Amino acid sequence: METNHEPLYLYPVWIRLWHILNALFCLVLIISGLSIQFSNPTIIVKFRAAVAVHNVAGVLLSFNYILFFIGNLFTKNGAYYVIGVKGYYGRLKTQFHHYTIGVFKKEEAPFPVTVDSKFNPLQQISYVAIMYVVLPLVILSGLGLLYPEITVNSLIGISGLDYTDLLHLACGFFVTIFMCIHIYFCTFGKTTLSNFKSIINGYH
Amino acid sequence: MIYRANVRPAWVVLVLLLCFAIAFALAKSSDSSSSGKKTEKQGSTEKVDLAKFKNSETNEHCLKCHGQSKYVYENAESKKPVHKRMYSELIIKRDEFYVSNHKGFRCTDCHSEDYATFPHPGNLRMESKANCLDCHGGDEKYAKFQFEKIDSNFMASVHSQKHSQDFTCWMCHNPHTYKINARTNENLKETITYDNLICLSCHSDITKYELLTDKQKPNILVKHEWLPNQASHFTNVRCIECHAQNKDTLIVAHFVAPKSMAVKKCESCHAQNSILYASLFKYQVRENIKKQGFFKGLFLSETATIGPDQNNTLNIISLVFFGLTILVILIHAVLRIQKSH
Repeated sequence: METNHEPLYLYPVWIRLWHILNALFCLVLIISGLSIQFSNPTIIVKFRAAVAVHNVAGVLLSFNYILFFIGNLFTKNGAYYVIGVKGYYGRLKTQFHHYTIGVFKKEEAPFPVTVDSKFNPLQQISYVAIMYVVLPLVILSGLGLLYPEITVNSLIGISGLDYTDLLHLACGFFVTIFMCIHIYFCTFGKTTLSNFKSIINGYH
Repeated sequence: MIYRANVRPAWVVLVLLLCFAIAFALAKSSDSSSSGKKTEKQGSTEKVDLAKFKNSETNEHCLKCHGQSKYVYENAESKKPVHKRMYSELIIKRDEFYVSNHKGFRCTDCHSEDYATFPHPGNLRMESKANCLDCHGGDEKYAKFQFEKIDSNFMASVHSQKHSQDFTCWMCHNPHTYKINARTNENLKETITYDNLICLSCHSDITKYELLTDKQKPNILVKHEWLPNQASHFTNVRCIECHAQNKDTLIVAHFVAPKSMAVKKCESCHAQNSILYASLFKYQVRENIKKQGFFKGLFLSETATIGPDQNNTLNIISLVFFGLTILVILIHAVLRIQKSH
């Protein structure tokens, strides 16, 4: 589907490193998180081990997120996440139409990858949502659960930990859903595996 | 030409994080100041209006000495007043007695009438003390409290087995201050503190502990070092949750088991089928469901515990949502493969 045959160097080393670590930590956190939530009988990992793994992976993911955050504040990569408001809805519809209908008619991708625009409109909004809404929330709520004494004691008669817990679970769930969809959409490259190769060697 | 709003989302998040940090700091400071007010309020409600209690006048004959830390009498020979300290365990605090379950009683309902004379006759030292079942046993009025069952559980407990006759109901339940709590107090944290203080009255007080055993008193903090978030556990669950075998019909477990039988597996509590539902949360959940309906009653509580706080409806919704996502992906993938051939 890619028209540009010149290989583009889109993923510098720091992004690739951040991305692979992020994927790894998310996977570990999802598995250990499920093991904590459904612990009796043990579904994947034993509760105590799952808690230890979850805590360590959570802290590592947070540091990794800081790398992503600072990188996107100060490098060119941050610009890809800026959504152009004007006409955005129309572009979103075009991309949605491509994924639901166009792709089966072997139509060209409406927003091909260029040096200026790495993400299509759907990718843009979902990446902004996951990286700038869901991940900060899951990290902050995780911190609140790791150190329960810093969490607000109660709000309208309900424990602050209850809200924090719910928020953490909901965000964790959205990350899981995101990962499934993200991995599937990565098969939309020139070949099924080409996008996976890109995020490893840096060239699109 | 695509119009770009030139603000990177990372900057927006940074600003929002700063706002959150400020709001968090404000919420925390109001949190601590409101808990400060609470303790002040508790302190001021301690004064009790004695006129409300029918036997308070009669009881004052005893409490004028036993209600304070010192008493005064006249030496019959020298005719001079003598000031003496009252033994701490003989002091009955009016404020506590008149809010306790036994507040309606006269002292002499349970103690000998011979105490009316002073100095008290020496043989009264041998007076046998009534235990709970002497009054409450076999009485239909108290059937719901199941005193007989409590008694048989207690008899099987390590407290009774190891210390036999020395360990009576009064070791834990002071008849002058005992106040029913788990059934009436809506504040779960207060119930937890109240019940744990009963255990700690011996297990953290060497003088009371020594009354029953020559063994060296174990340090509870050291013994529970294995427990993660120790402070959080100590303030959010009762000792009996892990140390007593909970029978479903009793609100408070009395079958305190030997330490080898104590609950040590995290998932015994931190699971959907948590043992806490059979004990700590049992009454709370039942009452909440009555008052707020099934969903809210089960879902939102004063405490938050990983595992038992799960909501089945949410679990099912998320499973369905996840299933649908995978299904859509699969259908899409199959269609793509078909079209590509």
